[in-house]
Amino acid sequence: MIEPAHEAEPIPPVVARLQAVSKLYGGFAALRKVTVQFPAGSSTIILGDNGAGKSTLLRLLAGLIAPTRGTVSVFDDTPHSQRRRIAYMSHEPMLYDELSAMENLRYFAHLQHGGDCGCSCTASPEKVLRAVGLDPALTRPVGQYSQGMRQRASLARVLQTDPELLLLDEPFSNLDVDSAKRMVELLIQFRSWPVPTYGPQTAPRQGAHGRTIVLTTHQAHLAEPLAETTLTMRAGSIVSIAGQRASATSEEAFG
Amino acid sequence: MSRLMSDLRTELHGAGSYFGHVFSHLQKDLRLEWRSRDSVVGMLFFTLLVVVVFSLAFDPTAAVSRQIAGGILWIALLFASFTALNQSWTREQRNRVLEAQRMSPAPASALFLGKALANLLFVTFVELVLAPFFIVFYNLHALGQGWLLAAILPLGTWALVCNGTFFAAMGLRTRNRELMLPLIMVPISVPALLGMMLSTTAVLTGESDPTLWIRLLAAYNIAFTTVCLLLFDTVLGAE
Repeated sequence: MIEPAHEAEPIPPVVARLQAVSKLYGGFAALRKVTVQFPAGSSTIILGDNGAGKSTLLRLLAGLIAPTRGTVSVFDDTPHSQRRRIAYMSHEPMLYDELSAMENLRYFAHLQHGGDCGCSCTASPEKVLRAVGLDPALTRPVGQYSQGMRQRASLARVLQTDPELLLLDEPFSNLDVDSAKRMVELLIQFRSWPVPTYGPQTAPRQGAHGRTIVLTTHQAHLAEPLAETTLTMRAGSIVSIAGQRASATSEEAFG
Repeated sequence: MSRLMSDLRTELHGAGSYFGHVFSHLQKDLRLEWRSRDSVVGMLFFTLLVVVVFSLAFDPTAAVSRQIAGGILWIALLFASFTALNQSWTREQRNRVLEAQRMSPAPASALFLGKALANLLFVTFVELVLAPFFIVFYNLHALGQGWLLAAILPLGTWALVCNGTFFAAMGLRTRNRELMLPLIMVPISVPALLGMMLSTTAVLTGESDPTLWIRLLAAYNIAFTTVCLLLFDTVLGAE
């Protein structure tokens, strides 16, 4: 009896790629010739000491800074052109202190979708606020929130943009262990959210392979459920890549 | 024909969406100001102080008042607006909200326009509160065509806030940004300042025709608003 041949698992396309990227601030090299790629639907955590270049790598992927040398591409384009599909959460909440979480989220939702969403996204400001454990009816301004609440509101801000590539810079930094675990659970759920489609679909999107997360942290034990690939950085270079998708991530890096 | 209509509909939808973004930024800035009252209170206090101090220092007669009032009014508004203009971008820098703005797919020029309109409303509010004090302290009544002030004040105010909003954003990443704004803005605004002051003086004294200066102000506004809108994306994206 002949066993039916297994269909080869489709290779996910690359969502984001850094090719020999260096970033210099004056004489200081924050990144040194980094080459790495992030496959669609992957979840990567980046570890490293302060000043290792983790945040610089994320900010390059977000298009907030430009590389001094090398190329950064996201969805085969520049990060700036694809910013509708990328979300970035920093150490700071990136929210207005004088507005409530709901007002902040509605404002950013309007900027994202222009009032007329036209996409199949599942995230609304109310839903994501509930999902992160905040009450949408809370009228208190964000400036009066605790650090943990601000961090959760900040996560809600990025999730409600329904991104295909989610970049998180030390998201657990102000959270207690329980809150951090809840955030990890939410991020695991987020990966299975249906990928949004904007306007008429003419060709299959890379997003069909799922959402991609790249996260930096000092607390590797908390982010373990998200660590399909673990990337370690030191002094602006990637020193190791480990995990289930390490080969796909490092294919370019190590030939 | 149907293709043309469809294109027109798309254009109108695009324009509607653009002005939707502008309105969203404007609404947000008005809400932030309503809750903090940082800009308007500061400006109001400063301009009132200038008006009172100048009137005490010079004790002008009605004729002298008409000659100098235009200059005092616009200089007070110019210096008061510096504080508000810097303040309006400081809010965006707090908590790194500006980075969220840079990552948003909404056009950068809509952020600029929304903020400039909000600043226009703040300065106009200050002018409206200031007007009765100005008339009383300087014993003013216009000898020329007073109704022309209804064109001069908004045109002059827009020249201040449009340039000011743009140059305040340019100075965001510099260390001495409070110093940078007047340093860049005043020389570039000289033609507009001349237009504002001389047209106001012409209306108050009735000695000359202010239309030339009003035309200059309008042309200046059209040119600088266009340049600011076109260049703002580059200014916002700069590291």
